[in-house]
Amino acid sequence: MADFNILSWVTFLPLAGVVLIMLTGGKEEVAARNARAVALLTTLVTFVLSLGIWYMFDNSQGGFQMVEKAEWLGGGINYHMGVDGISMLFIILTTFLMPICVLASWDAITTRVREYMIAFLIMETLMIGVFCALDMVMFYLFFEAGLIPMFLIIGIWGGKNRVYASYKFFLYTLLGSVLMLAAMITMYVIAGTTDIPTLMATNFDSNLQLWLWLAFFASFAVKVPMWPVHTWLPDAHVQAPTAGSVILAGVLLKMGGYGLLRFSIPMFPEASEYFTPLVFFMSVVAIIYTSLVALVQKDMKKLIAYSSVAHMGFITIGVFTFTQQGLEGGILQMISHGIVSGALFLCVGVVYDRLHTREIARYGGLVHRMPKYALIFMFFTMATIGLPGTSGFVGEFLILVGAYQVSTVTAFFATTGVILGAAYSLWLYRRVVFGELVKEDLKTMLDVNKREIAIFVPLIAVALWIGVYPDPFLDVMHASVTNLMEQHQASMEMVKSSLHAAK
Amino acid sequence: MVLPEISIALPEIFLAVAAMALLMIGVFRGNGSTGLVSWLAVLSIGVAAVLVLMGSGEAKSGLSDLYRVDAFSNFMKLLALGASALAVIMSMDFNKREKMARFEFPILMLIAVLGMMVMISAYDLMSMYLGIELMSLSLYVTAAFRRDSLRATEAGLKYFVLGALSSGMLLYGASLVYGFTGSTNFGVIADGLSSGRIETGLGLLVGIVFLIAGLAFKVSAVPFHMWTPDVYEGVPTPVTAFFAAAPKVAGMALFIRTFAMPFGDVVAQWQQIIVFISILTMALGAFAAINQKNIKRLMAYSSIGHIGYALVGLAAGTEEGVRGILIYMTLYVIMNIGTFAIILSMRAKEGMVEDINELAGLGKTKPYMAALLAMFMFSLAGIPPLAGFFGKFYVFLAAIDAGLYPLAIIGLVTSAVGAFYYLRIVKVMYFDEPKEGFVPMQRSMGVIMGVCGVITLLFFVYPAPLLSSAAHAASALFN
Repeated sequence: MADFNILSWVTFLPLAGVVLIMLTGGKEEVAARNARAVALLTTLVTFVLSLGIWYMFDNSQGGFQMVEKAEWLGGGINYHMGVDGISMLFIILTTFLMPICVLASWDAITTRVREYMIAFLIMETLMIGVFCALDMVMFYLFFEAGLIPMFLIIGIWGGKNRVYASYKFFLYTLLGSVLMLAAMITMYVIAGTTDIPTLMATNFDSNLQLWLWLAFFASFAVKVPMWPVHTWLPDAHVQAPTAGSVILAGVLLKMGGYGLLRFSIPMFPEASEYFTPLVFFMSVVAIIYTSLVALVQKDMKKLIAYSSVAHMGFITIGVFTFTQQGLEGGILQMISHGIVSGALFLCVGVVYDRLHTREIARYGGLVHRMPKYALIFMFFTMATIGLPGTSGFVGEFLILVGAYQVSTVTAFFATTGVILGAAYSLWLYRRVVFGELVKEDLKTMLDVNKREIAIFVPLIAVALWIGVYPDPFLDVMHASVTNLMEQHQASMEMVKSSLHAAK
Repeated sequence: MVLPEISIALPEIFLAVAAMALLMIGVFRGNGSTGLVSWLAVLSIGVAAVLVLMGSGEAKSGLSDLYRVDAFSNFMKLLALGASALAVIMSMDFNKREKMARFEFPILMLIAVLGMMVMISAYDLMSMYLGIELMSLSLYVTAAFRRDSLRATEAGLKYFVLGALSSGMLLYGASLVYGFTGSTNFGVIADGLSSGRIETGLGLLVGIVFLIAGLAFKVSAVPFHMWTPDVYEGVPTPVTAFFAAAPKVAGMALFIRTFAMPFGDVVAQWQQIIVFISILTMALGAFAAINQKNIKRLMAYSSIGHIGYALVGLAAGTEEGVRGILIYMTLYVIMNIGTFAIILSMRAKEGMVEDINELAGLGKTKPYMAALLAMFMFSLAGIPPLAGFFGKFYVFLAAIDAGLYPLAIIGLVTSAVGAFYYLRIVKVMYFDEPKEGFVPMQRSMGVIMGVCGVITLLFFVYPAPLLSSAAHAASALFN
């Protein structure tokens, strides 16, 4: 097994599906059917194979595992893959959501199905690559390349205002990323390599750290997204097809959080400490402000999009507490949010496919015609609020525990977000599902079919699993998070002692 | 013995003889022989490339020190030859269909290539000027080749008048440099400057500024870019495709050689000027292209922008910088030729079209052509993992290495702005409803765009050959 490069296999396997879809031709209908089948099969195989990563993963190790290295660009820029406890779960999250996305698009996408599936499979490769890459240039490659398929997914299969949304998504993200590229090149010039583990051990000048941190933050803050650079997200979500929203909320946003964990904190410890108040401030504003904005939304998807910004605010708080609970809570909340918000977008997708509108006012009383749907939607509403027993609770709780140790004020304001979150989620649920069934066209709506149940069952199972028994997930993180904190503390000690020496 | 002395210019001599022989064939057999002459021109370029490759890789000066052959010149010559050969192939079908097929066309291109080779190997202000003029005069004629088209002749005349002006400036700069250094030879000037024998005074600086102005015109850098959009739009498309690739390579090669060799030791004197030009060029390329409707005009602004990025590498004034430019230019030429192969295939039933909106719905009507064009656009915008990203990466790497942070950041931000107009082409092809499709394309065009597309897409899989040969070529200038 030593020669089996499982990370590369998992990363590039979806491309095999792309080739297969390209090879299948024929009439449009046949080609579409084949493309769906190939895409589903590929994503399922990738998922099963990715479980092998978890199986082989050694929880006791804090460093990188299953490392692969090969010569690439030369001059210290190599093909370098590896996972640790922070990145591993994101890979599983990605491969887990992909078959669900394919299933969710089964009937909803009827035009250019082949291209659609190709775009999704390429997207999968790029997303997994982001989490596997242990070289900055590779990371940037995967990180940025993801813009192309997502741009096309929003722009081709999106809603009415799709062109505006796709441009905004692309240019916003690109502008943030080029600053990150400048910082990466600067680091390369100093360290002579783009190897991530080496750079983690490199001490950058503390003044330079501030600039580098800001440059990386420009990219990740857009991706997370944090207030005030979140405005692309509601547009992109509303216009994207359902599966596109799931990927966007489920995985793409997590790349920002992952980037903070992988680059900002370990590589620029002093700057991270220095900017923590800024991050807390931005996160708290995000939580409260976007929750209030979510309350007044008339469009279901937009409401969930704003709630995503609020939830991601929790995550950035957790990550920047530099406590075991906060960091682990942040990571777990990212996984949980990936599943729950993805599921909520799928819930919207179910009714959208039937009525072709996302306007909240057009719905009401669905419980009478669609009891199963009402139950599913209820479960995920509770999960997004953070009801104990669901995945949302564990992450939020840990984050708040961590935040309380560091800054009670931040914890206080963040907690108000929990209440506001309950308010907008429950109100949305009430308006859509409860009430009298008065609208004529709602009276003929059908309940969820077998395919849709097949989509939701695994999501419910995982959300419950994390909520009831989160240990398998947390165990994976422990060693790496401890490692990260030790490094952080060690470098802070070093700064303090050098300050003393200077005095 | 005279023979060894001229052997370093063997490819050039061969090309000159071949051009004259082809002229004879054309004259005696008339326009019916255009196809034959074109293919023979491609063949001659191929033979010249083989001769370049056969020459020993070590640096050598000759012909009374007017001429220099080294790894750098070989790299640039092969690039210019390759780009020209493809341009000749791409022009054949177009010229026939547009009823402008005349045997002089490939021969003029051949002579222009000869001029480029002389430029690339020039080691003296005299041979430099000789090369530039040989290339430019041939290009003026090709620009006005469609002589009954008002637009083309206007473009040709514009190009000629401005080109003559820039040649004048270049010559004036050369004479000032000669006056203040006492030599026209690059090696002598370099020795004099590095040993301090020649003072770097105001006079020399003015000379350098004029040289930069003249060279900036040839590569269409701001503020000497004004001719580019008009000429690109006005001249027949195959000529545009030719202009956008090979002459830029030659101009850039000359730019690099002039500033790395004779003036390499007085970097501080000219670095600011190049930084300034580079910033203006990148910004203009990004902003001015936004509102363009004609795809050739858009590509003109795009090429201006790309020259700006290449100049970033020159501004660094280091070996890394030169390596960055070489990588950048190679990838730029490949993407550009691919794009022009597609533009040349934009032929509706009524004839050629150049409006970007004519591409509407190409993703449905011609999926492969659309996918390739989209890829070239993303690559020109510098989105990884496509080839264009690596070009940008290496020039900005050199700039940051040289401490030019503002330049690098401004450049990267303009590249994000520039992405906007490249995206527009993708948007028109994929997001808009289809119009009437194009007529089927030539097979040769399909092959050219396909090969360029594969290189653009898969460059990241095996980048080592280009990276190492560019590094080797760049080191030839700095040892």
